[in-house]
Amino acid sequence: MAENPSGDLRLVQLSKEFDTFTAVHPLDLTIPQGEFFALLGPSGCGKTTTLRMVAGLEEPTSGAIYIGDTDISEIKAFKRNVNTVFQNYALFPHMRILDNVAFGLKRRGDKNAMAKAQEALELVELGHTAKKKPNQLSGGMQQRVALARAIVNRPDVLLLDEPLGALDLKLRRQMQIELKRIQADVGITFIHVTHDQEEAMTMADSVAVMNAGRLEQVGSPAELYDRPASTFVANFLGQSNLLTSRITGDAGEGLSSADCHGYPILVATENIPDGVSDVFVGVRPEKFRLGRHGRNQLKGTVTDDSFTGVATQYLVRLPWGFEVTVIQPNDGSPRAKVGENVDISWEPGSEFILDASQDEDAGMLDTGLRHG
Amino acid sequence: MKWIKKHLLLFAALAVLGYLLLPNVVVAVFSFNSPRGRYNYEWNEFSAAAWLDPCGNPGICEALGLSLRIGLTASVVATILGTLVAFALGRHRFRGRSATNLLIFMPMATPEVVMGSSLLTLFVMAGMPSGSLNITIAHIVFCVSFVVVAVKARVSSLDPRLEEAAADLGANPLQTFLRVTLPLAAPGIAAGALLAFSLSFDDYIITNFNASPSSITFPMYVWGAAQRGTPVEIFVVGTVMFLVALSIVVIGQILSSRRERKA
Repeated sequence: MAENPSGDLRLVQLSKEFDTFTAVHPLDLTIPQGEFFALLGPSGCGKTTTLRMVAGLEEPTSGAIYIGDTDISEIKAFKRNVNTVFQNYALFPHMRILDNVAFGLKRRGDKNAMAKAQEALELVELGHTAKKKPNQLSGGMQQRVALARAIVNRPDVLLLDEPLGALDLKLRRQMQIELKRIQADVGITFIHVTHDQEEAMTMADSVAVMNAGRLEQVGSPAELYDRPASTFVANFLGQSNLLTSRITGDAGEGLSSADCHGYPILVATENIPDGVSDVFVGVRPEKFRLGRHGRNQLKGTVTDDSFTGVATQYLVRLPWGFEVTVIQPNDGSPRAKVGENVDISWEPGSEFILDASQDEDAGMLDTGLRHG
Repeated sequence: MKWIKKHLLLFAALAVLGYLLLPNVVVAVFSFNSPRGRYNYEWNEFSAAAWLDPCGNPGICEALGLSLRIGLTASVVATILGTLVAFALGRHRFRGRSATNLLIFMPMATPEVVMGSSLLTLFVMAGMPSGSLNITIAHIVFCVSFVVVAVKARVSSLDPRLEEAAADLGANPLQTFLRVTLPLAAPGIAAGALLAFSLSFDDYIITNFNASPSSITFPMYVWGAAQRGTPVEIFVVGTVMFLVALSIVVIGQILSSRRERKA
């Protein structure tokens, strides 16, 4: 609550080991108060386990969880001022909607529980369903009830475990906007667990990307997209073209020259990781342009095109056989045909550069399609 | 012809229903008979005498009372024990869980004659004189299995996340159990309790092994009476039992359908 600041949520060397595997390796993470924070990663990456440890539903193997200066890791779930919106809502089927929402307030003996619950239902625009039972509501409505049931308690931190996973695409978009609005209204720290990178990017102020029980990178959506710290993040968030290259020397004006399969290209020196010369030069598909518009130019052959209305997506085969994805906005410029020889170009500095000693396919969903 | 074809399912259903209900109808009709001899097997003339004085036959209401007492005690104790066992088996993974699962089914699988005689042996060895206490203990033994089966089916279909949600919303373990787990498991527990009661009320073989002359249950009374004649009062009690069971089912149906419509 704004008038009674509870402080940031801090995870310190938090880990969880199960009998047969380590779900979460010791991780450190600070989530500023009032932020909409997303924990993003593929299924099994440890994001839900991390969330459950914060909720108190899973006991950490080691480490501590702080809200402000208070260590809550030893406090039982039912005494924590943290509430969760569960993946499949977990509404109590034998209670009316209003009783579901009032459940938390009544446990702490709030005398105005019913009135506050009704108010929370109005907030999610479901005031008229108060007397119904959960199974009489649609999935999207149940979702909003689950949200109201958690928010009404004014927790220090609200945890959302894949809350939109069971909804269809259209409803999901609607709920994303709705969640943003409600978070802005109530000002509670939201931690949103999801495997949907688009959802994380559109909703969150900051995103933490997790993989195999470890944090890969934490930052704003734009930072993660434009400056991914690993091939995993580069591939998991949006599409990436990773060009295997070697840094060859300084080219002045903050640029360095590099050799990409025998072709000279320029990169921004500040993007080069320290002490590395074998690199992946990563270029997002929309940074490429068809034609000779940028200072870096390569030749290729169009092998596939798909028109999506807003843009056209091409697959272009480079001279050494590697295929890159190029997205051309539908801005009136001439479109290329399959089989046509084209120039592709991009500006130095629009790239990101990663150490080539890592797996270039990490985090890719369609593995095995592109190798070069 | 077409009409018959169209309603074939209805005919079949009515035939099955009639087949199932016919014995009850006969019992109800003959409870208004005034038999010529001691056996109430042939229709003689209408009489409501038995209905006006159902306890008229010596011992019948004592037997009925004993059966109800044993049935209630056995079903209450078996329901409590069985519910606890069902929660343990349905919720927790522990050493000997599958062995327990198997042992719980043993009383259901054991022939009643075997169980009755072995329980008698046990009671004799323990120096416990036959009587209603031994009968109650025996009934609890076989009722527990049925309660466990009924409740476990319900418990294992419960979503454990509901309990997590309750804890997350600030309910301590006791509140979680009373407000979330128990209400959700209630239909299974109620089904188990009703099943236990009817099994206990109905049992003859195991009861007969462990009874004493002063502990005659209703089924034993009926069996004993049938040796010398069939008093009409038995038909009255039978009819009443059937009507009570029927009205419990009907009331339950009405309540649940009304709740659904209201919600």
